[in-house]
Amino acid sequence: MIMEIKEKIIEKILLLVALSSIAVLALITFFIFQQGLPLIWKIGPKAFILGQQWIPSKGLFGIFPMIVSSFLVTIGALALGIPLGLACTIFLCEWSPPAVGTVLRPAIQLLAAIPSVIYGFWGLIVLVPLVRNYLGGPGLSILSGSVILGFMILPTIISISEDSLKALPPTYKAGALAMGATHWQTIWRVMIPAARSGIVASIILGMGRAIGETMAMIMILGNAVKMPSSFLDSARTLTTNIGIEMGYASGAHRQALFATGVILFIIIMLLNSLAIFLSRRRTG
Amino acid sequence: MVYRTRYITQGIAKVLIWIAALSTIGVMILILFQVLAEGLPVLHLRFFLDPPKSMGREGGILPTIIGTFALTVVAILFATPLGVGTAIFLREYTRESRISRLIRFGTDCLAGVPSIIFGLFGFVFFVIFLNMGWSILSGGLTVAAMILPTIISTAEEAIKGIPPSYREVSYSLGGTRWQTVTHTILPSALPGICTGILLSVGRSIGETAAVILTAGSSLLMPTSLFSPIRTMSVHFYILAREGISIEMAYGTGAALILLVLLVNTVANWLLNRYIRRRA
Amino acid sequence: MPRETKIVIKDFNFYYQSSQALRNISLTIHPREIFAIFGPAGSGKTTLLKSLNRLTDLIFGTRHTGTIFLDGADIHGPQLSLTHLRRRIGMVFDLPTPLPLSVFDNVAYGPKLSGTTQKRRLAEIVEKALRAAVLWEEVKDRLHTSALRLSGGQQQRLCIARILALEPEVLLLDNPCSGLDPISTASIEATLGELKKEYTIVLVPHTVQQASRVADRAGFFLNGEVVEEGPVYQVFARPKDKRTEDYVTGKFG
Repeated sequence: MIMEIKEKIIEKILLLVALSSIAVLALITFFIFQQGLPLIWKIGPKAFILGQQWIPSKGLFGIFPMIVSSFLVTIGALALGIPLGLACTIFLCEWSPPAVGTVLRPAIQLLAAIPSVIYGFWGLIVLVPLVRNYLGGPGLSILSGSVILGFMILPTIISISEDSLKALPPTYKAGALAMGATHWQTIWRVMIPAARSGIVASIILGMGRAIGETMAMIMILGNAVKMPSSFLDSARTLTTNIGIEMGYASGAHRQALFATGVILFIIIMLLNSLAIFLSRRRTG
Repeated sequence: MVYRTRYITQGIAKVLIWIAALSTIGVMILILFQVLAEGLPVLHLRFFLDPPKSMGREGGILPTIIGTFALTVVAILFATPLGVGTAIFLREYTRESRISRLIRFGTDCLAGVPSIIFGLFGFVFFVIFLNMGWSILSGGLTVAAMILPTIISTAEEAIKGIPPSYREVSYSLGGTRWQTVTHTILPSALPGICTGILLSVGRSIGETAAVILTAGSSLLMPTSLFSPIRTMSVHFYILAREGISIEMAYGTGAALILLVLLVNTVANWLLNRYIRRRA
Repeated sequence: MPRETKIVIKDFNFYYQSSQALRNISLTIHPREIFAIFGPAGSGKTTLLKSLNRLTDLIFGTRHTGTIFLDGADIHGPQLSLTHLRRRIGMVFDLPTPLPLSVFDNVAYGPKLSGTTQKRRLAEIVEKALRAAVLWEEVKDRLHTSALRLSGGQQQRLCIARILALEPEVLLLDNPCSGLDPISTASIEATLGELKKEYTIVLVPHTVQQASRVADRAGFFLNGEVVEEGPVYQVFARPKDKRTEDYVTGKFG
């Protein structure tokens, strides 16, 4: 009897424990919104999101340049990350000897574990001067940020795309080859399209990582608050906006940073829900 | 004629792919090697054992090492019971139901939240609301929330891999559900769970954005869980961005890389041994 | 004079989700006899066995009607706790399933979970169980090596020792000799002869011949029903039902 009561208690405790991830998510949502929404409400959502001037000392809080910059940096990162990611995936899955794969796969995982500040540092020391000397501008630019970010999201794209390719029924490949297609034609016209939803999910997840990256971007993008007009301009993303000023902001300024967080949070949640939906559909 | 074009296309594609793949991996290794090459000479024993002087221009990084270690321990201590408990609940105490779907959704969403948002949350919740101030505790709890999804999913994978016959045997010998968990499930799932913990340790060491907003950036030696600290990655970031000392930055960066590589290599080794043992 | 009963199954029906696996089973099993449940694959034999120690509770979406009595007590009723029931009725599965522990820890698993912690007592229990399963001589020098290193036949006898360590009253053996070589099979069958003296045994035999070698009474299962049951010599040599006769003579299987 005592045993059964003990078992019931343990079951209830485990249920509470299991709800912890939801509880944390709820707490995050609540507090971010609680801190950030009042300011958005006060200024007006349109003025906040579409406003182009961010001057805290004058009480002007428009984050449109940050949204545009986040968007540009992410697009740039994807422009680099998708082709390279696909190339590496194809290389790993189809076109390298298996021995290479056993060395490369753990290497890629290791590279994924390297802290983002290291990438940011390298970008600052090596890439930024390169851009400045050969392409002009301050070097601290959206271009530099895109390149580094592109490399940072590669492991995500590679590992999930690789899983998708590996999960394809072997008959797809065998059938195409049996019909006389070349290896490349099989990969490009049969396997990749078949693994499409997994690859797209990996790209969306990579996008989420790119939009959410902060430290490396602070180090490389410069600090310009105005609207970027070219890829060589310095800029601020939603994340760097928060990261740079949070250390000394107070009052309405701090609330505005939380408000930036609210917008960032919503964007990321939408993206990730899309990714989750796509990947569950694939395996479900 | 058409016959030959296909093979030309394939040849070009193959060359491009090889170039792309090898140069990608080459660049990433280059990044690592540069920091290590410049940074390793800086790493001597005093570097690890001395506190920093003049804002980090000289001396060592001892407080940051201790800070990193303490914060990581706090994070693991909180996240592991919660994460493993969640995994046990999902796999042993329920079936696919509304509750389990909700929990998984929450976990997946949590995994996608960017670290700066965790930083904001940790700041307003732990530092201000719960009045813990910038401290090891605030930072550790925030990082615990960040690594929770990883621990849950690796623990779940580990538990999923246990043959159902083990459970049947345990129950048929009169074991209760909790006894089956503690005597059969957990011991068998332990290697997988440890791998998840190690991966989370690696992530905790490298985490910067959330930590800087919750643990502060003090260079003093911490005296309690409520002391503010600067972790290695935060120190590295500040040195680099403020341009205080490139040499020290390289050294800290090299130490960071070596630490993360060490932890991840052990995790991978454990994973391989665990897979090989099961097979 | 009514014979003593150990297990009484009365009008038992069992459903997996929407399909019915057992229909109106009514059987009586007497103490210290070997009762063989035989029939073609998929006829519900394993389901019935698993219902006896309520392992079916682990499967989601199952229902049952009817009652099963152990020594007169309803196994689904409040008198008998689940863990207690499973210690009184032990089960050996058709594939040897040693736990990833040492030989000793495998056999000691049940007693440890039921509260025995004293090392000397556990050692006594383990030796007694291994002797009863006719495995002691072969493993006494390697009690603390991994059980996964034993041969198939040894592992299966280990599984028997495992349940004997709990001093049960009933043994459920689901095709225990499947996948074993003839020598191991013979040794297990001999063991059964010894075990019968103390335990009630319900056996799903590997072959009809095994049932006729080993069992006292037998029941023929077809499509979830008991077609006929009775003493072994009668069921096999002079079956009352044509279906039984056809199966026993090998016309279908």
